Amino acid sequence: MKFGVLINEGPYQHQASDTAYKFIEAAIEEGHEIFRVFFYHDGVNNGTRLATPPQDDRHIPNRWTELAEKHDLDLVLCVAAAQRRGMVDEDEMKRNSKDANNIAGKFRISGLGQLIEAGIQADRMITFGD
Amino acid sequence: MLHTINKSPFEKDSLKTCLRYAEKGSSVLFIEDAVYACTKGTIFEKQISDNHGNISFYVLGPDLEARGLDNSNLTNNIEIIDYKGFVKLVADNEKTQNWL
Amino acid sequence: MEDQELESGIVKKFIYVNRKAPHGTIYAHEALEVVLIAAAFEQDVSLAFIDDGVYQLKKGQNTDGIATKNFTKTFGALEMYDVEKLYVEKESLEERGLSEDDLSVDVEVLASSDLKKLFNESEVFFNF
Repeated sequence: MKFGVLINEGPYQHQASDTAYKFIEAAIEEGHEIFRVFFYHDGVNNGTRLATPPQDDRHIPNRWTELAEKHDLDLVLCVAAAQRRGMVDEDEMKRNSKDANNIAGKFRISGLGQLIEAGIQADRMITFGD
Repeated sequence: MLHTINKSPFEKDSLKTCLRYAEKGSSVLFIEDAVYACTKGTIFEKQISDNHGNISFYVLGPDLEARGLDNSNLTNNIEIIDYKGFVKLVADNEKTQNWL
Repeated sequence: MEDQELESGIVKKFIYVNRKAPHGTIYAHEALEVVLIAAAFEQDVSLAFIDDGVYQLKKGQNTDGIATKNFTKTFGALEMYDVEKLYVEKESLEERGLSEDDLSVDVEVLASSDLKKLFNESEVFFNF
């Protein structure tokens, strides 16, 4: 089956990102396809390149990057939510005249249409939030 | 249909709302802080037991364990599953409603 | 970055389940943004307002004093986007001492026993 996953909460603040990660890991092991992982609201903060969590704790953004690299996942940060929260890739940096960008590897910024497309194309859509 | 609940029932009334919408034959899965609804001796024990027979109840084992809970004082007729079981529930049900 | 409208021909029944009060958190506001963008995809869209979600549609909201954007005015524009199926749960209204007259847009008030039928007919559930 093709799964679409929506994550509405940021890293560490809420268990949503962790539960989604474990769910996706299990889904892949069971032979399912992850159509897209879409990050909305504070969920866009999962895509930061600048997190430095304590060494004895999981590194949530890196964990997403590694999973995406291993399984070629499509990790999408909503552009509107990202702009509000200062999550900036190179294109957004130029477009909005910012002096830095901060998106971690394997994340891309795109519009809400990507979430709707996931709803249309995936066999199952599941939300992790607060 | 699969319903998931993730907030503690003492914090938010998502369980109450969920049970208004969960029909006969549906499944309800407790994850994250919602697992607290599954222990015996809570005010929710009866709500869950009253619906047994109409609704299949599940709880995510790793979330129970994280919170120091286990089989020993779980309300009857709630099946403990792991993440693979969670995936299977989503795959087996045409629709999933996540009560946040 | 503009999205291309998807030309797949697939039409699914989407339901947006709104259960959170406006203004205290951003969920209601950003959920409405999804609905507006989604309108371009010509899917079959319903909005259900349950629990504190019913407050999103209350008349007379003025956020000047709290210095936030009053996004709730945009509910009035949904009709222009052909999003017309708005359902409000009767029990949630009554628990909160509200009636249909307190709401700012045209809705259908349904008891949960009837709103359940909408759930059964829906295919894609979005919760924020």
